[in-house]
Amino acid sequence: MWKFSVRRIMIMIPQLFVLSVLIFVLAKMMPGDALSGQIDPNIDPARIEEIRQEMGWYDPWHEQYARWIGGVIQWDFGQSFRFKMPVTELMGQRIENSFWLSLVTLIFTYLIAIPLGITSGRYNDTLRDSLITGYSYLGFATPIFIFALVMLWVFGFQLGWFPTSGSVTPGLVPGTFDYFVSKVYHLILPALSMALITTYSTIQYLRNEIIDTKQKDFILLARAKGASESRVYNRHIFRNSLLPIAAFFGFEITTLIGGSIFIENIFGYPGMGQLLIESISLRDYSVVTATTLLFGMAAVLGALLSDIILSIVDPRIRIK
Amino acid sequence: MAANSASVENVDVKKKEIKSPSGLSVIGRELIKDKIALISLIFLILVVAFVYGISFVLDQEEIVKVDLFSIYEPPGEEFILGTDYGGRDVFGQLIIGTRNSLSIAFLVTIMTGLIGVVYGLLSGYFGGHVDNIMMRILDFFLILPFTMIVIAFVAIVPKYSIWTFSLIMTAFLWMGIARLIRSKALQEKELDYIHAAKTLGTSNLKIVFKHILPNVSSLIIVTMTLNLASNIGLESGLSFLGFGFPESTPSLGTLLSYARNPQTLEFRWWIWVPASLMILFLMLAVNNVGVALRRASDARQRRG
Repeated sequence: MWKFSVRRIMIMIPQLFVLSVLIFVLAKMMPGDALSGQIDPNIDPARIEEIRQEMGWYDPWHEQYARWIGGVIQWDFGQSFRFKMPVTELMGQRIENSFWLSLVTLIFTYLIAIPLGITSGRYNDTLRDSLITGYSYLGFATPIFIFALVMLWVFGFQLGWFPTSGSVTPGLVPGTFDYFVSKVYHLILPALSMALITTYSTIQYLRNEIIDTKQKDFILLARAKGASESRVYNRHIFRNSLLPIAAFFGFEITTLIGGSIFIENIFGYPGMGQLLIESISLRDYSVVTATTLLFGMAAVLGALLSDIILSIVDPRIRIK
Repeated sequence: MAANSASVENVDVKKKEIKSPSGLSVIGRELIKDKIALISLIFLILVVAFVYGISFVLDQEEIVKVDLFSIYEPPGEEFILGTDYGGRDVFGQLIIGTRNSLSIAFLVTIMTGLIGVVYGLLSGYFGGHVDNIMMRILDFFLILPFTMIVIAFVAIVPKYSIWTFSLIMTAFLWMGIARLIRSKALQEKELDYIHAAKTLGTSNLKIVFKHILPNVSSLIIVTMTLNLASNIGLESGLSFLGFGFPESTPSLGTLLSYARNPQTLEFRWWIWVPASLMILFLMLAVNNVGVALRRASDARQRRG
């Protein structure tokens, strides 16, 4: 396992490098720099040029890249063009919000997918199974933003059960119990909307996995030894089928990132996905670069995590 | 002589009898068995014919023209599906939007198909180091968060147009089909007919495109059909966020994006509900046809 993990991390390093170069090039192509909005018009353009020179705007690109990546490693993404504050500060609260949203979505996803997947696999080719398969097929075919809009319309506006925007009721003091309850309350609808639509892969995978395991010899043996039906399913089949699901955990992160952009924009939830869209429309490119890089890194790390879990679960992948 | 020609005919007849059913007739039988796929196909043909046919009559300029006297009209006599905030006819926008969304989905599907098939075939056929390097490149593209990267590119491209939009989408969508074709090509190249072709001295390129390509064609058709469905979703998703079509060219996504205004979402259903239903039905229908095609391409799964 260690050998595999080390080799897998070695593959990740060039991936991260290429990702950072790609985003650096994107950043360089974006119009404007930290100075464009900052300087009042009375200052002589020659002076601006001087400052640019001092800041290294005209240095060779590899020097600029080294400086930028050096900052990134120290968690410094430069200044926001628009808000005149460090990008890190601007992102702080939003990273936290996005993290909670992803976590609650994951919990909902597994809470919905695991029982449905097990039922569907255990009673395959019955009415129950067809209903569950039908639901996951609809989930596969429905785009997340349409589903989220409908959820917001029904439960947010028509029924009024849930708040329609924000991450917390304004005026509450952080740290109090009310604050916590309000946060959770704001999370439920967006997280549920995303979870209901992204469960299909887990359900289908679990279903196929259980149908496969059901026909293995060790299950026959367990039955022959007189294990009860519930014991066969809960102890033998479930445990064997669940491990590969764990391995997909890392890939869920990529799905969550893609979904969070839509969810956060539709539900007005102040997270990283909303920040990205906002900063693009404000042409605040240093923030765009930072958010894109962070999302890209999260996806790379998610793939790494999946591969390592998979190597623990499935010995065939390990390198001898 | 006469007897001879008769026996030749006889052989011909026998040949016909043992001939395996042609691709089209297999698909036809599969569709007749699978009623949902058949209905989906008819729905698709009708939508495509209607939408492309009527846009010869309908003038896009006329529909996107702002009319301040009829802002937010609910559905009625004059406007079947009401109007939006610029007093523009929603029904007309729906038709033109469907046409634009379908066109770009077709375009992106074909371009990703071309790149993916060639990439996958070469990588799978040559194998070894070539395959290793090509797969590492593909892996890298695969982990990029699609929506994010496309949005960042769309934001910085100067002279943004439908072409640049579809090129950007293509650049980050060719990997799925490439990987499928590659694994199929890996299997295919071990078969005897390829060894025979190699022994006869056929050039590599000829083997790849004349021998392997026809044998993976059913996989290509199935994958591209399923990709078409997801491309419709991706395009409308990007347009929904405001990073797809410019507003002067309506798409299904731009109609939906009006629902980002809570007022529209809550009180003016006629603007966003028809477009959502259209996207949903189109994606479901294309998927159903794709799934039926997949069954038809695999003799073990056929129902017909």
